Amino acid sequence: MSIKPTLREYKKPEKLSDYPEATCFEAGHLVTKNAGWRNVRPVINDEKCVGCYQCYMYCPDGVIFKKNDKVDIDYDFCKGCGICAKTCKLKAITMTEEER
Amino acid sequence: MGKVKFISGDDAFAEGIRLARPQVVSAYPITPQTIVVERLSDMVEDQSLKSEFIHVESEHSALSCAIGASSVGARAFTATSSQGLLYMAEGLPYAAGGRFPIVMMNANRATALPWNIYGDQRDSVSQLDCGWIQVYVEDAQESLDMALMSYYIAEHPSVRVPVMVNLDGFVLTHTYEAVDIPEAKLADEFLPPYVSDNKMDLENPKNMAFSVGPADNQEFHLLHHKAMLRVADVVNEADTRFQSIFGRSHGGMVEGYRTEDAEYVLITVGSITGLAREVVDELRSQGVRAGVLKLRFLRPFPSQQIAEALVNSIEQGSAEVGSVVQAVGTLEKDISFGYEGTIYTNVNSALIKEDVHVPSYNFIGGLGGRDISKEDIRKCFSHMIGKEKDKIVWIGLGVEDDVR
Repeated sequence: MSIKPTLREYKKPEKLSDYPEATCFEAGHLVTKNAGWRNVRPVINDEKCVGCYQCYMYCPDGVIFKKNDKVDIDYDFCKGCGICAKTCKLKAITMTEEER
Repeated sequence: MGKVKFISGDDAFAEGIRLARPQVVSAYPITPQTIVVERLSDMVEDQSLKSEFIHVESEHSALSCAIGASSVGARAFTATSSQGLLYMAEGLPYAAGGRFPIVMMNANRATALPWNIYGDQRDSVSQLDCGWIQVYVEDAQESLDMALMSYYIAEHPSVRVPVMVNLDGFVLTHTYEAVDIPEAKLADEFLPPYVSDNKMDLENPKNMAFSVGPADNQEFHLLHHKAMLRVADVVNEADTRFQSIFGRSHGGMVEGYRTEDAEYVLITVGSITGLAREVVDELRSQGVRAGVLKLRFLRPFPSQQIAEALVNSIEQGSAEVGSVVQAVGTLEKDISFGYEGTIYTNVNSALIKEDVHVPSYNFIGGLGGRDISKEDIRKCFSHMIGKEKDKIVWIGLGVEDDVR
């Protein structure tokens, strides 16, 4: 089971006292999507993927996670660097142009 | 009363830290702070201080270690000086913004170039904006007492901001005085253990230093600023509590000497205050109504307290409001190149905000360890009394100033 945190719905504080006093809060509380500059998107071909997890190991942003013995990508945080596609020996990951 | 020992300001600070029982000490030695690090390592070695003494390779690491320790609820201590403080600079707003109540001792020393190991206050004054509370002590006893009191202030639930305690290099760090070292039992009574929700806990993991984007970032700084504005009350609370337990007091944000009816007030910071008081006594005996106002804190800046001290002298000295204080002078071991002394800038801003309209002078001296003499201080007063035109004056120059 993946314990990777994912983007949560963010309720903007209404008053100053709603904010935490210091920069300390429950770990993994992700509220801001951070993938706006991605031009190319890695797409996984599940037919070719054998679940070797090389892409999972190499992803510099930790956005690839294990799913049903294979992998999936959290596009809220993937920057589209392409390291996963480069590292995949079976060419199961292709970089496709991001549609806007 | 505890035990009276004949020790230096650095020794006294280390004694105060032993009484405060930090769980982590991470510091890198640098003149004139070195003795503090040596004493604390002795104390950890002989187990009179049960603390993790972390051997770091630099000041940057020293503060980083203290931040890490404080972020998981440990009481942490570090100490530095001059170039070391500047090397720590990246971590200073990190510690303050994280609201980690670290206490640091800084031995005030000149910054290079020209290279110099002697005392002035340009190191800490350059870091006024980093979000730390800044205290300046006057003698070895106050050094020890502020080591204890600083944890009380830093860890106070309404503050939670790190404190930098500044000792004038050599004049305080290396001068020996008789210092009363309180009993550990009383120190424990004064300083409760640090309680924090921030713990390393695998069941309830926390992020101790998160990112905040433009949509919410500014609010965190406003919260930090408001905590700083609550410091003055906590300083008074700490001092009252200290007095009730130890029978000694060091006052609040400022300390006035013969300012009640003074016409000429010299504002000072740190160890030079003692000499300024002597000059005031001398001038008083000659009929000059002189006074000294020592700023114990530069952050938060004691604007109101400065105004109150000056207004007091106006009210008590004369029936006519505004007629007594003729001039204020700020004596400082600092220069913000191309402008003036930074403490003077702050004092002037306070005077304007608080509607105190008096001529204000800046006396800059003591740079790179240059001695400030009685004669220099007499000249500060005569400059004010003479209502001289030059507002910013360099005192104690060794040669004629013939450069334009």
